[in-house]
Amino acid sequence: MSAESRSQNSLVSVRSLSFSRGDNNIFNDVSMDFERGKITAIMGPSGTGKTTLLKLIGGQLQPSQGSITVDGNDVHRLRRTELFNLRKRIGMLFQSGALLTDMNVYDNVAFPLREHTKLPESMIRSLVLMKLQAVGLRGARRLMPNELSGGMARRVALARAIALDPMMIMYDEPFTGQDPISKGVLVHLIKSLNVTLGLTTIIVSHDVSETAAIADYIYVVSGGEVIGEGTPEEIKHSGSEWVQQFMEGSADGPVHFHYPAREMQDDLFSSGKRY
Amino acid sequence: MLELIQTLGKSTRAGFTKLGRGTYFLLQTLTGILEIVPRPRLLLNQMYSVGVLSCLIISISGLFVGMVLGLQGFYILSDFGAEETLGVMVAASLVRELGPVVSALLFAGRAGSALTAEIGLMKATEQLSGMEMMAVDPIKRIISPRFLAGVISMPLLAALFSAIGILGGQIVGCGLLGVDDGSYWSQMQSKIDFFDDIINGVIKSFVFGFVTTWIALFEGYDTIPTSEGVSRATTRTVVNSAFSILGLDFILTALMFGDD
Amino acid sequence: MLHSSTQDTLVGLFVAAGIAGLFFLALQVCNLNYFTEQKGYTVTARFENSGGLKVKSPVSAAGVKIGQISDISFDPKTFESVVKMRIYSQYNSIPDDATASVFTAGLLGEQYVSLEPGGSSDYLKEGSNIEITQSAIILEKAIGQFLFKSAEEKK
Ligand SMILES: Nc1ncnc2c1ncn2[C@@H]1O[C@H](COP(=O)(O)OP(=O)(O)OP(=O)(O)O)[C@@H](O)[C@H]1O
Ligand SMILES: [Mg+2]
Repeated sequence: MSAESRSQNSLVSVRSLSFSRGDNNIFNDVSMDFERGKITAIMGPSGTGKTTLLKLIGGQLQPSQGSITVDGNDVHRLRRTELFNLRKRIGMLFQSGALLTDMNVYDNVAFPLREHTKLPESMIRSLVLMKLQAVGLRGARRLMPNELSGGMARRVALARAIALDPMMIMYDEPFTGQDPISKGVLVHLIKSLNVTLGLTTIIVSHDVSETAAIADYIYVVSGGEVIGEGTPEEIKHSGSEWVQQFMEGSADGPVHFHYPAREMQDDLFSSGKRY
Repeated sequence: MLELIQTLGKSTRAGFTKLGRGTYFLLQTLTGILEIVPRPRLLLNQMYSVGVLSCLIISISGLFVGMVLGLQGFYILSDFGAEETLGVMVAASLVRELGPVVSALLFAGRAGSALTAEIGLMKATEQLSGMEMMAVDPIKRIISPRFLAGVISMPLLAALFSAIGILGGQIVGCGLLGVDDGSYWSQMQSKIDFFDDIINGVIKSFVFGFVTTWIALFEGYDTIPTSEGVSRATTRTVVNSAFSILGLDFILTALMFGDD
Repeated sequence: MLHSSTQDTLVGLFVAAGIAGLFFLALQVCNLNYFTEQKGYTVTARFENSGGLKVKSPVSAAGVKIGQISDISFDPKTFESVVKMRIYSQYNSIPDDATASVFTAGLLGEQYVSLEPGGSSDYLKEGSNIEITQSAIILEKAIGQFLFKSAEEKK
């Protein structure tokens, strides 16, 4: 598919985005498109700013340059109430789950419904149980977040993210900490949510095979730039060394495993200074 | 030397920006209070953790402070043959000073630190940020109900403290040391004034409740989202609240009782 | 986490206890009975000097509290202190030639008005004036007089 038609059909488009934290330039002039009703994956080494990108899309961080539009709205130009109305239509699964620790699983999933709708409790109950059933945790509804494993917490958070039936959902590392069975279930769930509800999906993940299996389009980011993009097929056969290294998981290559530092030898034998 | 001045300048600037953020935070919190009206449950839950859970420590401390006042007061006053005025002494010190101040200090330690730790941990575990992404304003949903609960609870707790303390003083003074029960109360009644003493005491505890809860919530909200950040913020809450309470008490006392 | 109805009950109890504390302070500690003001009648006495008497100081007869001071003012013509006191209505048979004196309870205690009944068969009623009064003893004055006298006697 041509880049033009992708950008015409995009729900979220990122245009020449730059963002930095202090002296740390996290994005340099990045542009991306996330098509309506498709699953778009963002992959890249740890610490390149994938979570940061999701927060920029959600309007929680301000870019230093460039713009992000979601469904025709420039996220960072919206007034607060408009931004909140937009967010009601965006589900987000946080890397840490971000469950509210003073409520049990049931109330956590019911939280957005109770905050944003005036549905009667009986209807909320059926909705919550349906969402929990979808992530396989209907039986765990009375547990408190501290009684859940990391993987379970992430699944509860997923149930909560889809509670309001959003138009779009962003997953930050949905597979981390899942056993192969629930990983398989999640892959299936993400795909079926996307297919049945036409949910536009942005997924951040390190799990190359799972992601490649469901994604329609993949961006590989590193060092603040998009270093490769295309369908999973194209990415797999990409000529770029960078992309190949990432997809195969080799330590050596153009992408560095290490955070920028001086030579190891210098560091070890330099005396005097503490750091 | 230059460095010293620079550090001074830096910390002054940091202090002012923090004050600015704190004020903005307070304004947002206050506007959020309006939205609690249709949802009293939010307030009730917080009244429980802020007010009810502080009740025990406040009551027990009130009892003992009153009993000690009764004992000390008796020994001092009996030197002058003025034991009958024990009631006045106990009631005046409790209602004007000790009630509002000590209960506010206890409140800062019991409820304030808990609020800071709770909010700080919610921030550290991305719960606040998660809420924002769910289009729920954490200030309105989380902060405002806690603030209102603190502001309502503090005067009630201080009244409880003073009332129990006065009874404690009576138990010791009249029960153990033989001060006449009638004069304990009647002397008190003729000397303690409703507006000058009781209402001023309530105003004090309201101000302390306002400031302590504000500090506690803001320190939690402004915390660096790590375990260390939360622990430091909690300490700061207790220390800053104590300073503010004592400083404000001096100012309020000078304003209220100065022209007596 | 407590069940929410238990929690509500406890919150209710807490608020009730706090308000009870406030009422206790208002009614028992400072005897604020604007609402429950005991029925009574007001009489006036003029003192040359009412000393440390204050509004709400007790009025007693034979050591029993029978009322309280309701107002103290200064009469610029006679240079007297005009003290209004409210006597509870159940004490309605105090002879109208009673003497009002300002006394001090203990050395440092508060000052109060003591009424000593005379022999009249008319009783004090609303608006009566007490004619015979004895001013507060001002300690400094008393000591001064005592020293003065003893000096004179020595002569
Ligand atoms: N609050 C912050 N303050 C300063 N720097 C931050 C902050 N949060 C993140 N960073 C920096 O921003 C960069 C990107 O962080 P981000 O969390 O977006 O990475 P990521 O791609 O999601 O990594 P991972 O795959 O490990 O989750 C990191 O280098 C990090 O050091
Ligand atoms: Mg991340």
